[in-house]
Amino acid sequence: MSFIEIDDLEVTFRAKGRLVHAVRGVSLSVERHESFGLVGESGSGKSTILRAICGMAPVTAGSIRIAGERVRHGRAFTRRVQMVFQDPFASLHPRHTIDRTLSEPLAIHGIGDRDAKVNQALEDVGLGRGFRFRFPHQLSGGQRQRVAIARALMLEPEILLLDEPTSALDASVQAEALNLLSRLREERGLTFLMVSHDLAVVDHMCDRLLVMKEGRAVEQLDRAALAGGTMQAEYTRELFAASADRLTG
Amino acid sequence: MTTPLLEVDDLHVSFHTAAGVVEAVRGVSFSLGRERLGIVGESGSGKTMTGRSVLRLIRPPGRITAKAMRFDGQDLLTLPERRMRALRGSRIAMVMQDPKYSLNPVMKVGEQLTEGLRRRERVSRAEAKRRALAALEAVQIRDPERVFHAYPHELSGGMGQRVMIAMMLIPDPALLIADEPTSALDVTVQAEVLRILDGLVRERGMGLIFISHDLRLVSRFCDRVLVMYRGRVVEELDATGLDAARHPYTRGLLNCLPRIGGDRGPLPTLQRDAAWAE
Repeated sequence: MSFIEIDDLEVTFRAKGRLVHAVRGVSLSVERHESFGLVGESGSGKSTILRAICGMAPVTAGSIRIAGERVRHGRAFTRRVQMVFQDPFASLHPRHTIDRTLSEPLAIHGIGDRDAKVNQALEDVGLGRGFRFRFPHQLSGGQRQRVAIARALMLEPEILLLDEPTSALDASVQAEALNLLSRLREERGLTFLMVSHDLAVVDHMCDRLLVMKEGRAVEQLDRAALAGGTMQAEYTRELFAASADRLTG
Repeated sequence: MTTPLLEVDDLHVSFHTAAGVVEAVRGVSFSLGRERLGIVGESGSGKTMTGRSVLRLIRPPGRITAKAMRFDGQDLLTLPERRMRALRGSRIAMVMQDPKYSLNPVMKVGEQLTEGLRRRERVSRAEAKRRALAALEAVQIRDPERVFHAYPHELSGGMGQRVMIAMMLIPDPALLIADEPTSALDVTVQAEVLRILDGLVRERGMGLIFISHDLRLVSRFCDRVLVMYRGRVVEELDATGLDAARHPYTRGLLNCLPRIGGDRGPLPTLQRDAAWAE
């Protein structure tokens, strides 16, 4: 049994009387401490899977299990699973200080010693205590994304859901954020489920990946198959060809 | 040698704010013929401001100064606003990053495509439509009639960006400034839009300034590349000679990108040197 098990997941939205079938029967499993990537173009349903896990998208069929149990959204779930969103400009409250943003999850869960924990979290993501009483607008994009990562880690979760965590960042800042995520995963034994449109980022971060298109799973690959270009599906090959400038050598 | 299409000499863009003067562009010079010039840099490098300066689209308190800025024999620094407006769109066109924000959401695509044409050239409705459909065909839209009658929200991102490019092409400009024209698009769509742009530049003999944060993309697509850092050009490269990049900033930008099949150790990060901004 895998740590995260998604079976025949279906997500259907109702928009203006029309049914939108965003995820169509996708199954995947992620081992504990593994880093798993979801790849696809816009509208492929990859982000919707992350949102479905968190209860932010309507699951219409299929099941999501974590450590063998069907997911139930509540406090126990939030302590175990946290999400980092794409846009650090949109995901932090503009009128809350970094201190308030980071201590809120602790307050909600009745966890004490907040002072020390907030300082420690800031150190852990490489920002330092000097940032504690600043507002998001006083931070660069990369610094904000570090705050978002720190916030996700406040409750010491086991699983991080990462939705394009670096695609809004400059290349040099992206490298720093990816290094930070890798280091934290190693130090804390985290399990990652990461969405990205960038094959090179997924290759760098993930052990295995699932390629998606129009809500369906196209193909599952490991790193060797990706680097060797030995994918089976036509669509994966197209994606690979469009990313040819991101190959080594 | 013939005179270049565009000449920029010692361009400065500065913003006079309460907190002091911020210089976004500090002494950029380049000239452009009927070729594809790439301008690459990270956010805040001044690449967009450089592009906008050519059209004098910098709002106060921003100020543009330069030793010279000439387009096709006209002095862009002293040209009266009236004549500048006549240049914008018709001789020098600009394509922006996201079609979602550049197209009017409550106006059909066809109306947007023909509006400028009917105002500028006072052509008949039928003639304007004929030319708009031709432009949509030129950007390889398969069903131009449907797109002509569609609202922007009915189009995908790639389609929207093609409509933007079609709109810019109708007046047959001599210079196209494209600011991150494909950054909001998926990789497979991106390749297609680039192919279309490339074909148009070749066929029509336009000059192109291609602004992007993506060094590898730009070098694949352009003839020459200017690398900007904190408002200055730190290096000029032949696009084929990316490996020959010498400046530590350019090298750092290339090295910090993850690669498919690369090792998974920490990515090299950019150690910024204060001297680069000197």
